[in-house]
Amino acid sequence: MKQIVLEHVTKSFTTKALGTVVAVDDFNLEIEKGECFSFLGPSGCGKTTTLRMIAGFEDLTKGSIYLGDKLVSDRDKNIYVPPEKRDLGMVFQAFAVWPHLNVFDNVAFPLKVKKLPKREIVEKVTQALKYCNLSGLEKEYPSNLSGGQQQRIALARSIVVNPDVLLLDEPLSNLDPHLRESMRFEIKRLQKQFGFTIIFVTHDQAEAMALSDRILVMDMGRIQQIGTPQELYRHPVNRFVHSFLGQSNFTNVIIKEGRVYPTGDENNAIYEDSLLPDSKAKVMATRPNSIELSKESGFPSTIVKRTFKTDFAEYLVKAGDETLLVQTPHRNIFNSGDRCFLRINNPAWYEPEDQKEKGERERRNTM
Amino acid sequence: MTAVKNKDFLKLEGKRFFSLDKLMTVLCYAALITVVILPVVMIFYYAFWDGSKIDIDMFVKVLTQQGNLKAIKNTVIIAFFTTAIATVVGVFFAWLLGRSDIPLKGLMKFLFSIPFMIPPFLAAMSWDMMFSGRGGYVNRLLMSVFHLSSAPFNINSVAGIIVIEVVYYFPFVYMQVVSALERMDPTLEESARIAGAGQLYVIRKITIPLTIPAISSGMLLILITSLSNYGIPAMLGFSQNIFTLPTMIVELMNRAGGSFEGIREAAAMSIILVVVVAIALWGQRKLTSRGSYDIIKGKSMRPMLIKLRGAKYPLLVFSLIFLLVVVVAPIVMILLISFVKAYGLPFESQNMTLANYRRIFVGNIMVSDSVKNSLFLAFSAGLICLVLGTMLAYVVNKIKPKGGTVLEMMAVLPYSLPGTVMAIGCMLAWSGAFFGITLYNTIWIILVAYIARYLSYVLKSSSAALQQVHYSLEEAARSCGASHMETLKDVTLPLIKPAMISGFFLVFLPCMRELTTSILLYGPNSRTLGVAIYQLRINGYITQAAALSVVTITLIIICNNLVKFVIGDRRRK
Repeated sequence: MKQIVLEHVTKSFTTKALGTVVAVDDFNLEIEKGECFSFLGPSGCGKTTTLRMIAGFEDLTKGSIYLGDKLVSDRDKNIYVPPEKRDLGMVFQAFAVWPHLNVFDNVAFPLKVKKLPKREIVEKVTQALKYCNLSGLEKEYPSNLSGGQQQRIALARSIVVNPDVLLLDEPLSNLDPHLRESMRFEIKRLQKQFGFTIIFVTHDQAEAMALSDRILVMDMGRIQQIGTPQELYRHPVNRFVHSFLGQSNFTNVIIKEGRVYPTGDENNAIYEDSLLPDSKAKVMATRPNSIELSKESGFPSTIVKRTFKTDFAEYLVKAGDETLLVQTPHRNIFNSGDRCFLRINNPAWYEPEDQKEKGERERRNTM
Repeated sequence: MTAVKNKDFLKLEGKRFFSLDKLMTVLCYAALITVVILPVVMIFYYAFWDGSKIDIDMFVKVLTQQGNLKAIKNTVIIAFFTTAIATVVGVFFAWLLGRSDIPLKGLMKFLFSIPFMIPPFLAAMSWDMMFSGRGGYVNRLLMSVFHLSSAPFNINSVAGIIVIEVVYYFPFVYMQVVSALERMDPTLEESARIAGAGQLYVIRKITIPLTIPAISSGMLLILITSLSNYGIPAMLGFSQNIFTLPTMIVELMNRAGGSFEGIREAAAMSIILVVVVAIALWGQRKLTSRGSYDIIKGKSMRPMLIKLRGAKYPLLVFSLIFLLVVVVAPIVMILLISFVKAYGLPFESQNMTLANYRRIFVGNIMVSDSVKNSLFLAFSAGLICLVLGTMLAYVVNKIKPKGGTVLEMMAVLPYSLPGTVMAIGCMLAWSGAFFGITLYNTIWIILVAYIARYLSYVLKSSSAALQQVHYSLEEAARSCGASHMETLKDVTLPLIKPAMISGFFLVFLPCMRELTTSILLYGPNSRTLGVAIYQLRINGYITQAAALSVVTITLIIICNNLVKFVIGDRRRK
């Protein structure tokens, strides 16, 4: 069953400094009930704007949004349901815990708005606080609590009404790394227990990978790719998605008769695939951990720098004018200056980034 | 090897008693005791000492007089209603501009800043010209248009005073709340919307409670200002014998004509005024005892503007009319009156003249003196407060001597003391009571009173700046070989220079339009602008009073823009 549907959703802002900027460009999206779905992208990509349109804090410029089977936003039909009538739960980056109310009153707020009987409120709040490991702190004021506890109050407040949909706007980015991991676990546990649909906005790919059933990668207001974490990592559709999930090498190459040469050295190929069409300028994308180094066989190159990491060794390898980052187990030890042989697995092929795209990205970053 | 002991080692070992730090501390104590403490002590001395023994008969006498009781009652009523109504008005406009989608916000923000520039007693004078009984221009207009037999409004009443005070004091709350709303994390309100609360519910349960600290500090300002204001009740109340505590004190002083009994009566009334202010402060603190909240968090985001929908244009029209009436009408009125041949004549071209300006500038020594005096006073007070206040800020924040808090308390004491009280204290202290120094009737006594009143402004602005200067910056200079004096001169002072400059203007501007203290302290050759306007008005030269008001407002606006230019210039760097 579809829980959230976006059709041709578009949002543009007009500012004096930048003119009209399309923050979200023609989004079409369907999110299933009970799914944990992430919006992943760099800052300024439009992910928070999209979330705020779903929540009802921003109006649309074009398109429509359905929650369940209810139409909540539609520009053409002039339908706009205010946020308080959308029955959502939401957790914000800065917690947004009310400092003038104690923990109990913070969590009880949504129930009091609904004018539930007092006994029921106490029961539900106590339950929600228990789920979020906050029992015993009912009378405390948020300013006396830690960041992690404050975020758990926000979480308790958003699940106390048992919503169908939970919106999380970078809820973990204000927490320290250790807390972040345990909160991540807690969110996942709560979702399993209650089965709500989660939309999770983040710029942290590791977080998105760990939490989500599906991820939407977006950049410059456009959907780049939607898929499971594995799909995105294994088969990124473009250079942006490749670079955003995990580490990447982008190597400028020339392809002649199935042999791939790095720029600056058209004598020594670094990869071979007879099915590749000839090209004067192509980008070969590789993962540092999918390149193998050996002393005997493969394509020749030179070690430039070696760094020991705890779980692997990291080498900078020079081929022509290009350098590649390679991570290998501690089996074969090379020194800088050594000759070595490369074996590249599963490269992806992209066109070089054009100047127009680069300019647009820079313009947005100034927003 | 003989130990080379440098000065600082001696100081560390307590063997050296003279140091720059100590000198500054002693200077600050001396200055504050002279300027602030002596006048306050003198009031108590006069109120409780009948010449031979302590007695409180004077209070009994003062409190049994019908007129005095009436004045106390008026003061409390005016302060209460002014504070209550002005707070509501201020919060309403703050919300309208901070959170709603009302158009023309820039224009309205500009208009809101104007009441700060017009001295309240000038505004009161202008309103008096419009709405005083049957003589007011607007009242006459309304009477002839609607064929009324009596004046529709009477500004010369307690209610009239309240209305004018509300109009001029609501920006105190407005400013505080607008800035709180702008800094507030919008997600605090958004999370309440998501939780199912409607717009009005959010305002009631989240927005207003979170801005309570801002509202209450604005309220406090209104309360103190209203309790101790002299100009508005004097301008509007005298003709109907409506007195408040400050105007009553001035009246008593005038009646006393220098007699011991009369001065004691005024001193006793002053203490009653101080008590009323103290009770108000205490009550206010009691009401809002909760600490301030940290509401400035999260990423900066535009708050979601609440759509006023159908109410948008009616509210816009209402706000603009309100602002036009409050801000533009009094200025226009004063301007018109300043060009009319005689007060009361209709504004027709044959009745217009420039003679009023000629009269005040040519041949009227009182007026030309007052311009000179006010400029001299404002400039000297600004400069002295700048030096003394910054030194004080340095002592309190960096040297932190024993009793540093006492020093700070002494400096901010006049901030919550009514100007009238401070003036009487100065008068009692500097009429030969100490070392035979008699400043009374000279311009110097006004200067001393201004310094006492406005010193805390510089202290606050310089303290705020000094707190940003980390110890390590000074220590770095010392470790590079600079002496304490050189460090101060080359590192600390240049760092807080902008705050010192704005501190100067924070003193200069209010001095230019001061009336409350100068009305009690002026002598034949030391009238200030405020006093000159007030006397022209009281003596019936209303058109000339208006002309001089126009000059004053122009001067203030020029100075104000100069400040903005200087400060703006600094920000750009």
